[in-house]
Amino acid sequence: MLDIKNLQVKVEGNEILKGIDLHVNAGEVHAIMGPNGSGKSTLARALAGHPAYQVTDGQVLYEGKDLLAMDPDERAREGLFMAFQYPVEIAGVNNAYFLKAAVNAKRKHQGLPELDAMEFMTLVQERAKLLDIDKSMLNRAVNEGFSGGEKKRNEIFQMALLEPKLAILDETDSGLDIDALKLVANGVNAMRAPERGFIVVTHYQRLLNYIVPDYVHVLSGGRILKSGGKELALELEARGYGWIEAA
Amino acid sequence: MTQVAEKTTPFVTALERRPQGGPRWLEDLRARGAARFTALGIPTVREEEWRFTNAAPLGALDFTLAEPVSGAAEHLTEFPYTDAEVRLVVVNGRFDSTLSRTKGLPARVQAGSLATAMSEHADVVQRYFGQLADFTNRPFAALNTAFVQDGAFLSVPDGVVVDTPIHIIFVSGADAARVMAHPRTLIVAGSGSQLRVIESYVGVQGLTYFTNAVSEVFVGENAVVDHYKVQQESIDAFHVASLHAHTARSSTFSSHSFSLGGKFVRNDAFAILDGEGGDCTMNGLYLADRARLIDNHTTIDHAKAHCGSHEVYKGILGGTARAVFNGKIIVRQDAQKTDAKQTNRALLLTDGATINTKPQLEIFADDVKCTHGAAIGQLDEDAIFYLRARGLTYAEARDMMIHAFAGEILERVQIEPLRQALEVELYEQLARDLAEVDGV
Repeated sequence: MLDIKNLQVKVEGNEILKGIDLHVNAGEVHAIMGPNGSGKSTLARALAGHPAYQVTDGQVLYEGKDLLAMDPDERAREGLFMAFQYPVEIAGVNNAYFLKAAVNAKRKHQGLPELDAMEFMTLVQERAKLLDIDKSMLNRAVNEGFSGGEKKRNEIFQMALLEPKLAILDETDSGLDIDALKLVANGVNAMRAPERGFIVVTHYQRLLNYIVPDYVHVLSGGRILKSGGKELALELEARGYGWIEAA
Repeated sequence: MTQVAEKTTPFVTALERRPQGGPRWLEDLRARGAARFTALGIPTVREEEWRFTNAAPLGALDFTLAEPVSGAAEHLTEFPYTDAEVRLVVVNGRFDSTLSRTKGLPARVQAGSLATAMSEHADVVQRYFGQLADFTNRPFAALNTAFVQDGAFLSVPDGVVVDTPIHIIFVSGADAARVMAHPRTLIVAGSGSQLRVIESYVGVQGLTYFTNAVSEVFVGENAVVDHYKVQQESIDAFHVASLHAHTARSSTFSSHSFSLGGKFVRNDAFAILDGEGGDCTMNGLYLADRARLIDNHTTIDHAKAHCGSHEVYKGILGGTARAVFNGKIIVRQDAQKTDAKQTNRALLLTDGATINTKPQLEIFADDVKCTHGAAIGQLDEDAIFYLRARGLTYAEARDMMIHAFAGEILERVQIEPLRQALEVELYEQLARDLAEVDGV
């Protein structure tokens, strides 16, 4: 479903990704690990289409289409979802109103009828249980005044509502206590399906105890230095990143 | 001397033909206004209060005093909430009794022509009129005073709650261009009374005219007055207006100002919190495109202890529009335990739009809480990206954020039909502005 070839990305003139190759099939969970500054989040943001991340070379095919030629909103409507590392607070925009607009933007794109307020609330109530989202979070402005854990839960909640084909989680685990981490992981696991792919970007192996990946890739210095199965994460936990970078 | 004569010539000529008649005190007041304006002239940018707003183009135009006209009725429906149950219509500065309707007001509430009130309620008018609108250093208030003739009068007796909002509609230049009107409003709310009033200033699109309004509002002890101002003049019109409110002990005054029209707009709003335990809200929302100018000057004067004030002004500017916001908060020596908060935000949709903003705190008491903050800028690109990453187009994301920005002020309008009408008007105007920004 996703085929990344020799992806090179610059941020503010600095070359961050220096040639990434990655292939993700539907139904797979890929974990991207790596030390700080290795380019993990850059990969996530470039795939989502953040305007500050400039692709200088390479190709990304998403379901056979040129992903890099699409606007960020088009990517989202085509089923790509990125859970933000730092979800943005948007004053004055009601969270439920925003979520309804997002769900309906996608439905419209798929040629489905838009959900009315009642249908949307039914969907919300069903998905909110999964992530322990309470009513007050829906009625507040998007992410405004949310705790760190609430923000991350709200991201996964959005994912549950939007039902993407490919979900990219950008350090969704960072800053979470163990209870929140379990909630988030349960939310993700409930979404795992044969038709859906995941890229889980994380700094810590801990998350992968709860979201068990099919593949683990180690990113360092803008390149994938090593790929393996889930046992690679445990090895990284035990030995750190040094032995890979030295190799 | 030559310079002074030059810059004030049009008004000086008109001043010679200013209205006559009425009670003696009024004749005297007009004469003092005329003399003061002649001495002050049109302000220049060298004056602190007019530093960012060049009034010279106003002085250069030859406005003649508007005559009463008919035919205003047909234009009224174009403007928000003109179907209000109770409305007072003032056309070119003169009260129009045929367009006004006051049925449904509680007994003893006086609502009607100011000119009529000057004879029929001489005691009330003489006691309050001109007490707040000091014109010593304010040329346009002086000019208005020189031309005082008519306008709107509202008086609510002690303890009376007026449920129905009262809409005062000032229509300008209904027939001819290049006219000026100097309407005057006097509102007296007795102790324990409650009143919601809207002042709308509207005019026929495309006409160049000058509205120079002065309003005085007296909020009695423990009274509640919600004041709304909707400025929707022709986009070629000049609009200068001042609102003066005085609050007595434990009273509540709120001002909501919406500035949507006008080519040259200067709003002054003054509130003096002159009794303990008073509360004042001052909110504003202004919209300007093209090369229009909107200048809001506000002053909240905490004269007594234990008063609160909350002020939020927001603007959305496109084209090469310019805005000025000057928010003064005075805390007098006796005004201990003052709690004052001021926020000022502006969104610039284009590179050509500009705003000059200045908070001005003058604090003479030591046990007070005063905060102010200003934020000027473009839309937050990170927020736009966040919304787009969830499938909204750039235009949808931007509109959502702009509506949210304006919504904070709109949602505080407590008169539902007015809020809805304003929302429609505002969003239509925004859609036009944004289409221009997009080059559609």
